[in-house]
Amino acid sequence: MSIPATAAFTATLGRELRIATRHKAEWLMPPLFFAIVVTLFALGAKPGDPQLAALAPSVLWVGALLAALLTLDRLFRGDLEDGWLEQVFVGPAPAMGMVLAKLLAHWLLSGLPLLLLAAPLALQLGFPSGAPLGWLLLGLLMGTPLLSVVGGFAAALTVALPRAGLLLPVLVLPLLAPVVIFGSGAARAAQAGLDPGGPIYFLAALLVLSLTLLPWAATAALRNAFD
Amino acid sequence: MTTLLSATALCIGRGDRRLVSDLHFALQPGDVLHLRGRNGAGKSSLIEVLVGLRPPQSGQVHRSAGDAFHWVGHRNALNPDLTLRENLDCWCALNGVPGDGIAPALDRMGLARLRLRPARTLSAGQKRRAALSRLLIARRSLWLLDEPLSGLDGEGLAVLGQLMNEHVTGEGAIVVTSHQTLPGKLPRVTVIELG
Amino acid sequence: MWTWFHRLASPPSFYTFAERLAPWLLAFALIATGYGLIAGLWFAPRDYQQGDAFRIIYVHVPAAALSLSLYTGMAIAAVIALVWRIKLAEVAITALAPVGASFTALALVTGMLWGKPMWGAYWVWDARLTSELVLLFLYLGVIGLDAAFADRRAAARACALLAIVGAVNVPIVKYSVEWWNSLHQTSTILKFGKPTITTDMALPLYGALLGAYALAGVSALRRMQNVLLLRERRATWVRELLAERAA
Repeated sequence: MSIPATAAFTATLGRELRIATRHKAEWLMPPLFFAIVVTLFALGAKPGDPQLAALAPSVLWVGALLAALLTLDRLFRGDLEDGWLEQVFVGPAPAMGMVLAKLLAHWLLSGLPLLLLAAPLALQLGFPSGAPLGWLLLGLLMGTPLLSVVGGFAAALTVALPRAGLLLPVLVLPLLAPVVIFGSGAARAAQAGLDPGGPIYFLAALLVLSLTLLPWAATAALRNAFD
Repeated sequence: MTTLLSATALCIGRGDRRLVSDLHFALQPGDVLHLRGRNGAGKSSLIEVLVGLRPPQSGQVHRSAGDAFHWVGHRNALNPDLTLRENLDCWCALNGVPGDGIAPALDRMGLARLRLRPARTLSAGQKRRAALSRLLIARRSLWLLDEPLSGLDGEGLAVLGQLMNEHVTGEGAIVVTSHQTLPGKLPRVTVIELG
Repeated sequence: MWTWFHRLASPPSFYTFAERLAPWLLAFALIATGYGLIAGLWFAPRDYQQGDAFRIIYVHVPAAALSLSLYTGMAIAAVIALVWRIKLAEVAITALAPVGASFTALALVTGMLWGKPMWGAYWVWDARLTSELVLLFLYLGVIGLDAAFADRRAAARACALLAIVGAVNVPIVKYSVEWWNSLHQTSTILKFGKPTITTDMALPLYGALLGAYALAGVSALRRMQNVLLLRERRATWVRELLAERAA
């Protein structure tokens, strides 16, 4: 008997979203954190400094990255501790479907809110509205899933470790260097009136590459946690 | 007679510690294999190898092909924020089992009125019963139970004894770890002492 | 050939093989490095543009070459460890990471020292420098992950996955920084113009390169031996070995 991966995917996605509704406050923290980081950055600069707008893409990207990290540590941990993961791995459904659903749920719950918040925060930093803002958001639309996928892989690697909190960012951040470069690169190009198509295509390529390679690696890392 | 589960020359260990060496057995319908031993003797590790969660150090495990099995680990696999019903619904979806068996199973385990309570509000014994109720939701011929008696009260033990008895008389087989004597009337029990 | 590899992959025979090979390799490493450094630092002619400052290549180039080679080696070992589950490959990952991290750090430091007189700054956001830095972070990530696990097998497999993902990442990082730099750095394009090198400059460089590879080989072999002894400390071959040593 075998269960199609899509069944595992939809069942897990529904489960994750339902669990999230029981913890509303928890999912408000990453956007709040994001808003606070960006605001503090603006407060640290000279009032009305035109350089603030120039640095806005970088600030928004690093802020989004750190905010997404907040919830990563717990992505698989609860399920490992209460024995859910081992039941899924022993069961007939492909574990990869479960992993993909958890990654999508993480993006929906902690990536998407950042995306919605990014527009007002960018304007607050003096980033030009209109087309450049659109490119910034398009970059984030493709970049935030990358944060979830790469971060989810690192979370899976460290799930069995008692003190993963410090190790996790060290593993994730170097892997995300190209995402930050292309993401804020697209926004800066648009800001300067250049064509941001190049970095956007690279981001799309990175997203496709990560989506093919990393869910497999994350599943293997989770299986490793039972040893 | 079909063999539901067999092990040949099975060796398992944790890290560089050898826990079980050269274990042979073959489990036929109606058999109960009772694994005993002190804490840390490798009972749970052995079950984890038998269900395929971890590889053995050497030797082979063979489960009869195409036959699904039930594994109740020492953890209950209940998410604390979901209700009992939601937990079991999701488990059914992931195991390809229709959900209409949930209500009678909860009834039998005496959990019917708790089904809408979040799992975190249940007592340890009630959670254990919920984990065991999965045995009734999907009928499978091979059960692997890791310390199923822990946390159960007298009534719970009686129900579990009945379940196990019905299972082995109905052509099922059970591997079970426990320090205690098993409840219920079990005609063919083989005991393996580990450690 | 294949059976020879197969036999070598068993821990005890690898251990004795390493025990025999390591001293010879070390002797070769000392001679080659010694020749490379002495000839390079004293006897090679001054560069007509860079003066004596160019002499740092005798340390920098071997270190940079090894930082990449060792990561490649680690990634290959990672694939072998995951696909064929060979214990020796798992040990190699753990053993290569600190060696690679040291060479990467050395390459970065010597690069910075060289950069100051040449470019006027210790640090430039050049694609090579940046990807070397990310490479160092990846090495440190592998070392940190390895140290965090209690179980050695689980640690090795986690490190293997990380090393493979990192190996895919390094070229992407290098490419992304190249792209990033070409976008906004138009005023000062720094060229790593390869100076045409004369034979008496080149020979010591080859010596230093070979020596560094041999040195890395020795320290990888010795590390693997140590990791094997620790991991297999309950195995009979280790006990026999220790008894032999004690006698």
